[in-house]
Amino acid sequence: MSAPNKSYDPVEVETLKPEEIERMRDEALAAFAAADSLDALHEAKVAHTGPASPLALANREIGALPPQAKAEAGKRVGQARGAVNKALGGRQGELEAERDARVLVEESVDVTLPYDRVPAGARHPLTTMMERVSDVFVSMGYEIAEGPEAEAEWFNFDALNFTPDHPARQMQDTFFVQGPAGDDAESGVILRTHTSPVQVRALLDRELPVYIVCPGRVYRTDELDATHTPVFHQIELLAVDEGLTMADLKGTLDHMVRSLFGADMKTRLRPNYFPFTEPSAEMDMLCYVCKGESVGNPDRPCRTCSSEGWIELGGCGMVNPRVLTACGVDPEKYSGFAFGFGIERMLMFRHNVEDMRDMVEGDVRFTRPFGMEI
Amino acid sequence: MRIPLSWLREYVDLPATETGRDVQDKLISVGLEVETVEQLGADLKGPLVVGQVLTIEELDGFKKPIRFCTVDVGRANGTGEPQEIVCGARNFEVGDKVVVVLPGAVLPGGFAISARKTYGKVSHGMICSSDELGMGDDGSKGIIVLTPEHEVGTDAIELLQLVDEVLDIAVTPDRGYCLSLRGVARETAIAYGLPLRDPALLDVPGPNAFGYPVQVADPFGCDRFTARTVTGLDPEARSPIWLRRRLQKAGMRPISLAVDITNYVMLELGQPLHAYDRARVQGTIGVRRATAGEKLTTLDGVTRTLDAEDLVITDDRGPIGLAGVMGGATTEIDDTDGTTTEVVVEAAHFDAVSVARTARRHKLSSEASRRFERGVDPRAASAAAQRTVDLLVLLAGGTADAGVTEVIAPSAPRTITLPAAHPDRVAGVDYGRETVVRRLQEIGCDVYGQDELIVTVPSWRSDLTDPNDLAEEVIRLEGYENLPATLPKPPAGLGLTERQRLHRRIGRALAGAGYVEALNYPFIGEQILDQLNLAADDPNRRVVTLVNPLSDEEPALRTTLLPGLLGALRRNDGRGSHDLALFETGLVFHPRAAGSGEAGETPAAAEPTAAVRLPVDRRPTDAEIAALTEALPEQPRHAAVVLAGAREQTGWWGTGRPADWADAVEAARLLARETGTELLVRKGQYGPWHPGRCAELAVVVDGAEQVIGYAGELHPGVLKKLGLPPRTCAMELNLDVLEQAGAGLVTSPRISTFPVATQDVALVVDAGVPSADVEAALREGAGELLESIRLFDVYENAEQLGAGRKSLAYALRFRAADRTLTVDEASAARDAAVNVAGERMGAVLRG
Repeated sequence: MSAPNKSYDPVEVETLKPEEIERMRDEALAAFAAADSLDALHEAKVAHTGPASPLALANREIGALPPQAKAEAGKRVGQARGAVNKALGGRQGELEAERDARVLVEESVDVTLPYDRVPAGARHPLTTMMERVSDVFVSMGYEIAEGPEAEAEWFNFDALNFTPDHPARQMQDTFFVQGPAGDDAESGVILRTHTSPVQVRALLDRELPVYIVCPGRVYRTDELDATHTPVFHQIELLAVDEGLTMADLKGTLDHMVRSLFGADMKTRLRPNYFPFTEPSAEMDMLCYVCKGESVGNPDRPCRTCSSEGWIELGGCGMVNPRVLTACGVDPEKYSGFAFGFGIERMLMFRHNVEDMRDMVEGDVRFTRPFGMEI
Repeated sequence: MRIPLSWLREYVDLPATETGRDVQDKLISVGLEVETVEQLGADLKGPLVVGQVLTIEELDGFKKPIRFCTVDVGRANGTGEPQEIVCGARNFEVGDKVVVVLPGAVLPGGFAISARKTYGKVSHGMICSSDELGMGDDGSKGIIVLTPEHEVGTDAIELLQLVDEVLDIAVTPDRGYCLSLRGVARETAIAYGLPLRDPALLDVPGPNAFGYPVQVADPFGCDRFTARTVTGLDPEARSPIWLRRRLQKAGMRPISLAVDITNYVMLELGQPLHAYDRARVQGTIGVRRATAGEKLTTLDGVTRTLDAEDLVITDDRGPIGLAGVMGGATTEIDDTDGTTTEVVVEAAHFDAVSVARTARRHKLSSEASRRFERGVDPRAASAAAQRTVDLLVLLAGGTADAGVTEVIAPSAPRTITLPAAHPDRVAGVDYGRETVVRRLQEIGCDVYGQDELIVTVPSWRSDLTDPNDLAEEVIRLEGYENLPATLPKPPAGLGLTERQRLHRRIGRALAGAGYVEALNYPFIGEQILDQLNLAADDPNRRVVTLVNPLSDEEPALRTTLLPGLLGALRRNDGRGSHDLALFETGLVFHPRAAGSGEAGETPAAAEPTAAVRLPVDRRPTDAEIAALTEALPEQPRHAAVVLAGAREQTGWWGTGRPADWADAVEAARLLARETGTELLVRKGQYGPWHPGRCAELAVVVDGAEQVIGYAGELHPGVLKKLGLPPRTCAMELNLDVLEQAGAGLVTSPRISTFPVATQDVALVVDAGVPSADVEAALREGAGELLESIRLFDVYENAEQLGAGRKSLAYALRFRAADRTLTVDEASAARDAAVNVAGERMGAVLRG
């Protein structure tokens, strides 16, 4: 910075004329406005606000003015520099915003790119179906009971009122386990043909009243085809308490199908025979697809129920007092109901599975879509 | 049981408009499972008439003999001229009465008949066989030849009763009486509220001393034996059309008149009958148990060696029939030569269990055994014998012998005491005493008493033994559909057990890690155990074997989940899914060694026992239950995974990576984390695994270490034998033991908010030193200040580290609960850690 001008010479302070200051300011404003990048703006900034800029030089000249002129010139230059700095700041902000927006545009990606780095896993729908049904009852206060798959015949048959020579015993094509002495010896052990032996175990093990549900794997000597499999899954329910009735059974079944298939669902009972229940019934549920409206309505056939209006679900009934006796429960005081049905079947009609083999073969293409819950 | 509607109408006056489907609905509502209603002749359209063969011209020069016939069909063809018909059958002659279908008619199956040129002639219709008319096989192997009395031009649709409806009923084992028209008619009558014409209500002469001699040595096995004799039978007599048609519609094949009649009466009354050719029976007919080793050739031509429990019918020479199952060949009615002119009719009642066992023992299920097993009305025997005699007299021109033999073991009808309110209590419905009594009377019970009913059940309902049986009768007839719906109020439940929660959690965790669950059959064979390289003395070779496996190749139950999972892996791979991660949790089976809690671990232990059969009339004792449980195989739950192909896919994000041994080990660690168990992973070697890439998995239970499984890459040789993709990896462990070793509830850590001090160390050790051991040493040496330790690099370079050496780089994080650590404190802890690693593992700090 040069020293103040002591020698007063009005001719030499031409630069401080008002029109000159205005010109300098306008030039600066024009240069900022014209700057189309942060770099260009920086150059304009140096040119118009830097130490060598006209306004900076003009500012320096103020000292050379006579004292009475200093104030006015100072005010004039100061205002001009203020306007220039403000314009600079404004332009700077604009250009930075433009740059930021441009960077975000440049950083954009194709969000439709697929991502299957680790393909998803899934639980088997039979597993999750069993859990789903179990949970209906767990939420009502039932507990889940389990038992062995290789089971004593006594639990699977005798205690359930299948006498040794009863035809019903032959109907359940049973896998027999070889005895310790080899082929011909009767081991008394079989692969359980239904989940019902768990009923007996529960009645022997638990305090009354008993409210349980038993999901599990069962076995019968059927060859695998589109509608049969030798290894399948059932879920069984047992309630033994004082004063239980068939109406309670009906209400419980209705509740289950409402929970699984919707509030407007219901069940139907038809007489049937099982050794371990008396009275016994076959249970059907209203077809959840057509709600029975396909019956006698050839224009609107229903594939799910073959236009029958009802879907066969499984067997049920009042626990045969003989079963209670075999389990040490007083049939004079207690009564109970039970039902059971096949999980494969429910999966087939609930999820349109057409071939039993799909549930057996473990093909990942079948299982994956079912995910974690059902 | 097939029930022709026309036949059923004989016993119940159903409204004429009632269709088979209507009857089906009614019967279903009272509890008969009517599966189908077959519409016989529904699409059949005439003209179908009786014709008489006038001329037969044999046509030569074709592959098979062909006849060109003229047949008189009366005015049925509109002209009265002989009808020209080409026919391939040969079982008829000029003058025979046959069934002719004329052009314009439609036969079953939509087969439209028109005049057409064939074998060089124009055939104006067809001479029909029973098959073509949808009548079922009549054994004639040709066209139908009618008896001469039928007039030419008669409508054959009506004559042959071709239009009918047949209800097919799946009879449950408790409803033996419904294996007869009589039983189904009774249910129909109840369902419609109509009276029943009971075909068993016949006039039967009382027994006398001149009947055929019969001796029953086993009145328990045979509590009733009726024998009647008919003589003077016309051996030429054939079953009339109505009889043959009813048998056919009910699903039986007409054979000969005498046999057809016994079958007919069995269908009608449910009583199995047997007709012996009297000329071939020698002496007294007896009923006794067989002597072990006795032989009998049954009607099916099979010679059977008898068991001492078999109940047999005998004559002086020995067994002539398996009681209630099948007759013998020696006394068979002769239906080929037609020489039988005298028969002895047997109508007996045999013990259900005895018949069931004999039928099962000889793998011989017959119409008779099926009925006896399910219960036959013992009081129908004499009526059935009478009905048979009547039909033999009527249709075969026989004469009923005056002798009537009846051997009856005295028995009282069964009575049940039933509180009148019991059905109400069972149903949860207020039926009231009157309804209960009325319904029980409808099914044939005699009922006495007020609040306490004394119910005498009818002789045909051997299934009714308990009060609940009677309650079911009342409830079903009142209609299951009318039961109200109420909800019981169970006590508050405890929810899922820890174990049940764990099993669900494990499934979710594995699925979350990309594994897909497979549920495989548990059947295995010895071959797969060989292929898995199991040693000869491997405990997993001790298997539980099935008596009747589906396949002889796979007679045993799995001791490992790998066979099933690897099978599923191979199946997926073969179907084009190559990047695979599968899991399964399920039971495996080990024969239990007596006196040992641990199966499999003690292959040479004492003899296991067979399961005892306990009584059912009381609660078994705890000791009895324990003995039963002791006979069951051990069934621990295992968890397993298999992996092949890529674990991470290659994509726009970069390169993927193949599944490897570490994924398999990580699956085990994941299960351990879910279980809250500290898992010990160390180098191992077992069966199917790659000896250099196998981790042994162990846990500590009650202070003792226990190996629970293995994880890693499978042996290339095993993969080759099993046709599996290279580098397939697997993990299997005993989930039950893993769970047992679990720590239970998580104890909350104390979180320090003081700053962390991080120290990295690189240690050089021999390449064979397990990193887990180095880490354990570092942990121990670092002491309490160590918050965490993480191995972030493994480096092998012979030039820099020397051959057979590796560098392990660890990040150690130190933190104190109560202060900021100084650099010196952290360094001292690090040095202490390195020192212990140095002492124990020979680790050297890398310079």
